[in-house]
Amino acid sequence: MAGSDDAPEAATAGTAAPVEPAPAPQIATRRGQELAMLAFAAVVVTTAMVLVEINQGQDVSRALLYYGVAYLGLFATAHIAVRVLAPYADPLILPCVALLNGLGLVLIRRLDLAEASSALAAGDPIPDGLVSKQILWTAVSLILFIAVLVLVRDHRMLARYSYTCGLAGLGLLALPGLLPASISEVNGAKIWLKFGLFSIQPAEFAKILLMIFFAAFLVTKRDLFTTAGRTVLGMELPRARDLAPLLLAWGMSVGVLVLEKDLGTSLLFFGIVLVMIYIATERIAWLVIGLSFFVGGCLIAYQLFGHVQRRVTAWLDPFSDYDGAGYQIAQSLFGLGTGGLFGTGLGAGRPDLVPEAETDFIMAVVGEELGFVGLAAVLFTYLLLVMRGMRSALAVRDTFGKLLAGGLSFTVGLQVFIVVGGVTKLIPLTGLTTPFLSYGGSSLLANYILVALLLRISDAARRPAPASPQRQHGPLAEAHTEMVKRE
Amino acid sequence: MPELVLQLTRAGFLALLWLFIVAALRVVRSDLSAASGLRASLPLPRRGSRKRAARQLVVTGGALTGTRISLDGRPILIGRADDSTLVLDDDYASTRHARLGYSGGDWFLEDLGSTNGTYLDRAKVTAPTRVPPGTPIRIGKTVIELRS
Repeated sequence: MAGSDDAPEAATAGTAAPVEPAPAPQIATRRGQELAMLAFAAVVVTTAMVLVEINQGQDVSRALLYYGVAYLGLFATAHIAVRVLAPYADPLILPCVALLNGLGLVLIRRLDLAEASSALAAGDPIPDGLVSKQILWTAVSLILFIAVLVLVRDHRMLARYSYTCGLAGLGLLALPGLLPASISEVNGAKIWLKFGLFSIQPAEFAKILLMIFFAAFLVTKRDLFTTAGRTVLGMELPRARDLAPLLLAWGMSVGVLVLEKDLGTSLLFFGIVLVMIYIATERIAWLVIGLSFFVGGCLIAYQLFGHVQRRVTAWLDPFSDYDGAGYQIAQSLFGLGTGGLFGTGLGAGRPDLVPEAETDFIMAVVGEELGFVGLAAVLFTYLLLVMRGMRSALAVRDTFGKLLAGGLSFTVGLQVFIVVGGVTKLIPLTGLTTPFLSYGGSSLLANYILVALLLRISDAARRPAPASPQRQHGPLAEAHTEMVKRE
Repeated sequence: MPELVLQLTRAGFLALLWLFIVAALRVVRSDLSAASGLRASLPLPRRGSRKRAARQLVVTGGALTGTRISLDGRPILIGRADDSTLVLDDDYASTRHARLGYSGGDWFLEDLGSTNGTYLDRAKVTAPTRVPPGTPIRIGKTVIELRS
């Protein structure tokens, strides 16, 4: 579909790009394909919106038009920004994000309508909808997205701020755990910073900062991690003293678990560190060691902490305490069961029966109203997003970029796995947000920063190489010192 | 809303969602060459016949002149640290200065964030760069070459 209009689009995009001195045939920037896919995503989202409104018995009203125009305007702006700022970036990342974010908005709107109608039936005042807030958060996120693209003109400059990023990330991660519960606690998890009007989850941002630090750290130290110790069962185990960074990450994850009572963030952090070490070293031993640490940590946490035990009990048999701890998972399972293969149709189910449907359990809403087929399509979109990120990691030339892109895209995949696993009772429920789909400002902001960095790296990966410098011959050792422009 | 229309829109929307995925996969397919990291415009200095990979690292300048290390595909760490493959005694070299890695038949030079930089011929190395045999690599006062 996009192949036919690609050539002229590529040509126009080429003039907007910084002029390359390369005499070589022009490499397609694929911005035309991105635009076409974005338009497709907009069609899907608009259709979803109209279906929800009709099935909920609403008139197709002016409000709907306003939401549609807001969505189109936001992503058109993002597209133009990418065209100007990262012309060679991957053409699929932004459309996948646009589709997921758009579907998220539709589902949140759908839950708003359900809330409103149940409030109407009970005679309560109609609560404020969340969707306009979420649109506002999307707008702010896209401004941040463009700001990141403007500020980070070359992802390698991030490596220079690695220790700053690491410290800031650690601070942000620890902050809610150390602050008093009145500022940081919501529903038992101390992961928030509440500022009157709005509240944020600093861990979402800490995630990205720590990944930047870890990527830069591993670039300089990765050869230490590959220093072999003893060989056991055909695996080269690392030396005991090289385990320190992994132990530190493990301690941090346990700290988050103890101080902030948040399983999801703790699991996510340890997973990221482990995978980045694995990407840097290609040693399976690190995975084995890390996973055994993780299992050990889980067992200890289960013995010591009541909130972990409650989660596990609710996971093993949600129906034994149906009216209490198991209610949320049980409702989610009923929802998924009601949805079956093809779903009840958008706006025709009762997804609002699941508590926290718009944040932690939005995947249950997808499963109920779009069924297994729809849920699979959404998961496939995530898969495409992760895959394109990993492709960029493979294609980019510098190690820092590889590690960062690998880490960033793996995070999205791991987070989706943790959430969907929790919702479908594969693993204990942990309470992370689904990237781009769930309601929540910090998650959206942080994930748009993540996508901006991924686009920046993929732009570097796909940008044609500059012409090689001309050769000058002569005895190099006797050459004079000269200023060399940093790339 | 009539039941029939509901059923039709239900199936239609799922079909639309999967059409998006199919379209995305078509983009992936049309984009295979760009995403693989091969660059059409890259002036590849292929010398007709299949070139031989470098076998030896030779120090041609600086205090260690004459030192040879045979290459077996494992990465070469260069720096002042004791566990480097080539331990430099050079005031202008960093503890972990540079790394030579073997990948796909070629050696690639990568600077490990050194203070004074690594130079391939006269160009400063900022990203992993392919090292053709016989090209001088300069680290501080030390000059290194790969030979086949």
